[in-house]
Amino acid sequence: MQRLVRETAAIVEVELIKLIRDPTELISRAIQPLLWLVVFGQVLAQVRGIHTGQMSYLAFITPGILAQSILFSSIFYGIAIIWERDLGVVHKLLVSPAWRASLVFGKAIAAGFRGIVQTVVIYLIALAMHVSIRLDPLAILAVASSVMLGSGIFATFSLIIACIVKTRERFMGIGQVLTMPMFFASNAIYPLDIMPDWLRVVARLNPLTYLIDALRGLVINGGASVYGFAADFTIMIGVFVVLLFIAVKLYPSLAE
Amino acid sequence: MNQTAPDDPDQFAILATALTRRFGTLTAVDHIELQVAYGEIFGLLGANGAGKSTMIKMLTTLLPPTSGSAQVGGFDIIKSPGEVRRRIGYVSQLLSADGALTGFENLLLSARLYGLHGSESRSRIDDALNFMGLADSAKKLVKTYSGGMIRRLELAQAMLHRPAILFLDEPTIGLDPVARHTVWDRLLDLRHSYGMTVLITTHDMEEAEMLCDSLAILHAGKISVIGKPAELRSGLGDEATMDDVFAHYAGGSIHESGTFSDVAKTRRTAQRLG
Ligand SMILES: Nc1ncnc2c1ncn2[C@@H]1O[C@H](COP(=O)(O)OP(=O)(O)OP(=O)(O)O)[C@@H](O)[C@H]1O
Ligand SMILES: [Mg+2]
Repeated sequence: MQRLVRETAAIVEVELIKLIRDPTELISRAIQPLLWLVVFGQVLAQVRGIHTGQMSYLAFITPGILAQSILFSSIFYGIAIIWERDLGVVHKLLVSPAWRASLVFGKAIAAGFRGIVQTVVIYLIALAMHVSIRLDPLAILAVASSVMLGSGIFATFSLIIACIVKTRERFMGIGQVLTMPMFFASNAIYPLDIMPDWLRVVARLNPLTYLIDALRGLVINGGASVYGFAADFTIMIGVFVVLLFIAVKLYPSLAE
Repeated sequence: MNQTAPDDPDQFAILATALTRRFGTLTAVDHIELQVAYGEIFGLLGANGAGKSTMIKMLTTLLPPTSGSAQVGGFDIIKSPGEVRRRIGYVSQLLSADGALTGFENLLLSARLYGLHGSESRSRIDDALNFMGLADSAKKLVKTYSGGMIRRLELAQAMLHRPAILFLDEPTIGLDPVARHTVWDRLLDLRHSYGMTVLITTHDMEEAEMLCDSLAILHAGKISVIGKPAELRSGLGDEATMDDVFAHYAGGSIHESGTFSDVAKTRRTAQRLG
């Protein structure tokens, strides 16, 4: 256990050092949510075409856009993994006696910290647009946990794809094909009840839906989770654990 | 297989038995038998695509063999990969040091993954930096290093935990002559100071003759000859050079065994170094 913590911390620390040294990616990742909230959110709020109860449309999509931004930045984590493979960094990690679980878990946690940075950016944008954000410490702590968990899920999923496809070109293709459908087949920018039945079924199977559901209750004043936090977190933790197991099995194949 | 005690001096550092790896229909390593004694610098030679890296990846537990077995440092690579990993160091054919980190940070990561911490970690890192002549550049980002410095940093990383056996996959490819000689000096010193066993791959015959106590030449996944450099030379006549030895045993032209991707890969490594 102590060993797991130590090795995981070593991986996380390296990722954080690199992130702080070169934050360009974080900055460029802030542009997309800005467009979604400022342009898309404001225009659709004028139209009033989507019924979101007593919550304003902008408040409704803020958690959705937060989750989207986590999804997009985590899902392309696999590119970095493939890059590390091409450079031989993966080989160096894998010849060490460190537990494979530490290596994979370290990557997931590091993705979580990136997610936290995204969250801060989106909170700032939302506050500037007078979205009514919950700022009580408990809510913020719960949001941070959801974000860590969501980032971990999508980064680990991404690592699994990287282990399967192994080249950057193929990864880019699959990454594009996966992210947009995952985003649209979720409750990010419209509630599930207005979806056609088949899409609602897909959305109920999409882990992103549960992340957004939890965030909707935690980020917005007066927001509520449809499925309940217990269900949301249980599902997310379950998915994360299953993905971690698969990733630990597949990660060593990257060095072959 | 009967269990032998680890680190038994009578034992071989590396013992491969009918070690084989296929990729689809291609047999990259074909029933190789290999014995390397402790303390030896052993060269694995061969043209592009001969199977050198595949062999090293199996011995370092990175790649599972299709059949056959091997013991490294007294432990089976399949049954006890963790024990093997604790006893080996590895420098890959690629440049694996992280350019976005400093030399010191690269070493610190290695130390932590090998379970070293506190003052012991610090003193090992300082030793390794001094040994490799990198103490002055420890705080610089590795992307500003020259190819020779990166290779020395990687050697430093690989020696931190004092492995019994070092695996080096073409450690001097793409280096200028001065950098190459520095790496050779450091390797000979490593063996002298720590008694490390070294398995090194190369296609450079000067390097093989200069460093290796024994060497094996691979051709299309099989060992075509094994022996001491001087013996191999004299075996081909009085006038024979090491290049003649290579040409004779490595299967002639590169076109025969090296695929385009092999050569492209080698070039890429060389470019990054240059
Ligand atoms: N992961 C892999 N998948 C498919 N084929 C592979 C793989 N790794 C190696 N090969 C093939 O196996 C053969 C041996 O490759 P290997 O890398 O071991 O050669 P090498 O002796 O190290 O050559 P070089 O001097 O170019 O490094 C080559 O034909 C190569 O294309
Ligand atoms: Mg090779």
